[in-house]
Amino acid sequence: MDELYRDQILEHYKRPHHFGRPDDYDLEFEDSNPFCGDEQHVFLSLDEDGRVREVGFEGQGCAISTAATSLLTDELEGMTREEILGLPKEFVLDLLGIDISATRMKCAMLGLKVVKGASLGEPADWEDEGEQGDPAEAASL
Amino acid sequence: MEPTATTALSLPRSIEEIRAEFPILARQVHGQQLAYLDNGATAQKPLAVIETLDRYLRVHNANVHRGVHTLSEEATALFEEARLIMASHLGASRHEVIFVRNATEALNLVAYSWGRTNVKARDRIVVTEMEHHSNVVPWYQLAQEKGADLDWAPIDGEGRLDLDALASLLERGPKLVCVAHVSNVLGTINPIPEIARMAHDAGALLVVDGAQAGPKLELDMAELGADFYAVTAHKMYGPTGVGALFGRRELLEEMPPFIGGGSMIRKVSKELITWADLPAKFEGGTPAIGEAIAFGEAVRWLDELGLPAVHATEVELTSYALERIAEVPRLTVFGPPAGDERGGIVSFAMDGVHAHDVSEILDRHGVAVRAGHHCAQVLMQRLGVPATTRASFAVYNTRDEVDRLIEGLLDTRRIFGE
Repeated sequence: MDELYRDQILEHYKRPHHFGRPDDYDLEFEDSNPFCGDEQHVFLSLDEDGRVREVGFEGQGCAISTAATSLLTDELEGMTREEILGLPKEFVLDLLGIDISATRMKCAMLGLKVVKGASLGEPADWEDEGEQGDPAEAASL
Repeated sequence: MEPTATTALSLPRSIEEIRAEFPILARQVHGQQLAYLDNGATAQKPLAVIETLDRYLRVHNANVHRGVHTLSEEATALFEEARLIMASHLGASRHEVIFVRNATEALNLVAYSWGRTNVKARDRIVVTEMEHHSNVVPWYQLAQEKGADLDWAPIDGEGRLDLDALASLLERGPKLVCVAHVSNVLGTINPIPEIARMAHDAGALLVVDGAQAGPKLELDMAELGADFYAVTAHKMYGPTGVGALFGRRELLEEMPPFIGGGSMIRKVSKELITWADLPAKFEGGTPAIGEAIAFGEAVRWLDELGLPAVHATEVELTSYALERIAEVPRLTVFGPPAGDERGGIVSFAMDGVHAHDVSEILDRHGVAVRAGHHCAQVLMQRLGVPATTRASFAVYNTRDEVDRLIEGLLDTRRIFGE
C-alpha cells in the first residue's frame, strides 16, 4: 500500500497525541465534517501571557483527520491565539508529509478548522476546500 | 466465475454477455480492472442506453410539446413513448407518471403539493428509522411549516421495520406514512403491500421511496398499493437528471402544481391562470428530454432481462458476499440475513478502521464502494456507528468481484493491524 497509510499516520491514528478532555480549559470548539460525519472537539488552556499551555481533543474520525489533528496538537503549545489563527493549511499538509487527494482534504483540515474556531470563540472564516480535483487527470483517460 | 445454475430464474443472456454491454466495466483503476460495487449510488449504463441518448442528441434534438416541425414532433413522440414504457412498467396510466429530476424531487413534489394542501397543525406523519434523507427532510420541512409532528417507526435488531410498532403509531391517525421500499444501507426489502393495507386501514396515504427498488424489483402499483411511488433513472441503468413519480390519478387531479412555468398551464391571462391536464400540470419547464427517452430505454432493457431474474441473481451474489465477508476479522455486517427479503446491499463496519479508510484502500485494489453515512444519519445513530462502508450489487457483478472485495478488506485489516 502507498504512503497514505504509512506507519507515522497509522501510529497517530491509533494512539493520537493529546487525546482527551483536560480537567480545565479556557477555550473549546466543536465541529464536524458533513461529508463523512467526522467530529472533533478541541480544548485549549492559556497561560497568563495568553499562550497555549495545554491542548486536548476528542472525537471520532478517519486515519487522516485523526492523525492530522494529533500532529497539529504537538505544535500548538506556546502559541498565541493570533498565531493559531494565522496558521495556513500548508502547515498541516507539511506535518502530514503525504499527498492528500481533493476528497480527503476536508478530513486533513478538520482539526485546523476546529482549533481556529476555539481560538476565535466562533466558527473561523473558512474557505471551503470543495471537492474539486484535477480535471486534467480525468480528461487524459 | 461460478455459474448461476442454482437460481430458479435465470437471465436470458450470460453474465459475460451482459458485462460486455457495459463499456465502463473494462476500465482500469490504479492499474487494476474496475470492480464496481457502488451501484446503490448509481448504476453503470448499458450500450442500449448510451446509444439512445447519443442518437437523440445527434438526430432528434428539439424541444417537446411546442414546435410543429418534424424534429419537435419526433422528440415529443419519443418522450411520450418513454412515459408509456414507464407507465406499463408500473402498471399505471400515462396520466399517473410525472417526469421529475430524481427521486428526491418526486418526494418533494408530494410534500409541497399534496402536503401543503392537506397537512394541518397537529397532524402526524410517519417516517421510518431506515429512511434516506430524501424521504425525511421534505416531511420535516412540511411538519415545521405546518406545526405537524413526525413519528419515527423503529427497526428491529436485524434491520427490519418493526410492524407492531408501526401499528401502534398508526393508532394515532397519521395523514401519511413514508417508507423506503428497499433500504439503501441495510438492503431490507419492506413488505409494501402489507404496509399499504395497514396505512390505508388507518386512513393514511402511503408514500414509497423506490430509489433502490427500481433496479431490483418488479413494481406493480396496484399490487404494491402505494399512493405515491418515486424512482430515479440513474440507479436503474439510465442517465442522471431524470426520475419519475407515480401518483394515483384521483390524488394528482386534486393537487395544485409544484413548479410554475412553461408547459404546465392551460391558459394564462393577466387575471387568471389555469392548469394543464395531467401529467403536464406537474412538468413545468423544459424537461430532460434525451435523458427521459434513455430512461425509457433503460426500463425496456431491464424488463427484457426480467426483474425476477435480476433480483434472483443479486440475491445469490449477496448471499455469497455475506458468507465470505464473515472471514474478515472484527467486521460487523448490518441488515437482515441473506435471502429473498434482502436486496443486493451489504453495509458493514470494521472495528478500529473508519469507513473512508476502508474505501480508500479498496479503491487501490480497483474496488469501488461507498463510505459514509449514506444520507441516513438517523439510521447511523440507531446502528451506533458514525459511518459504514457499503458494497451494493448490480446484475453485472460477479463472484470474482466479491472475492476481490474480500481480499481488499483483508488487506485493510493487515494495514490497520489485526
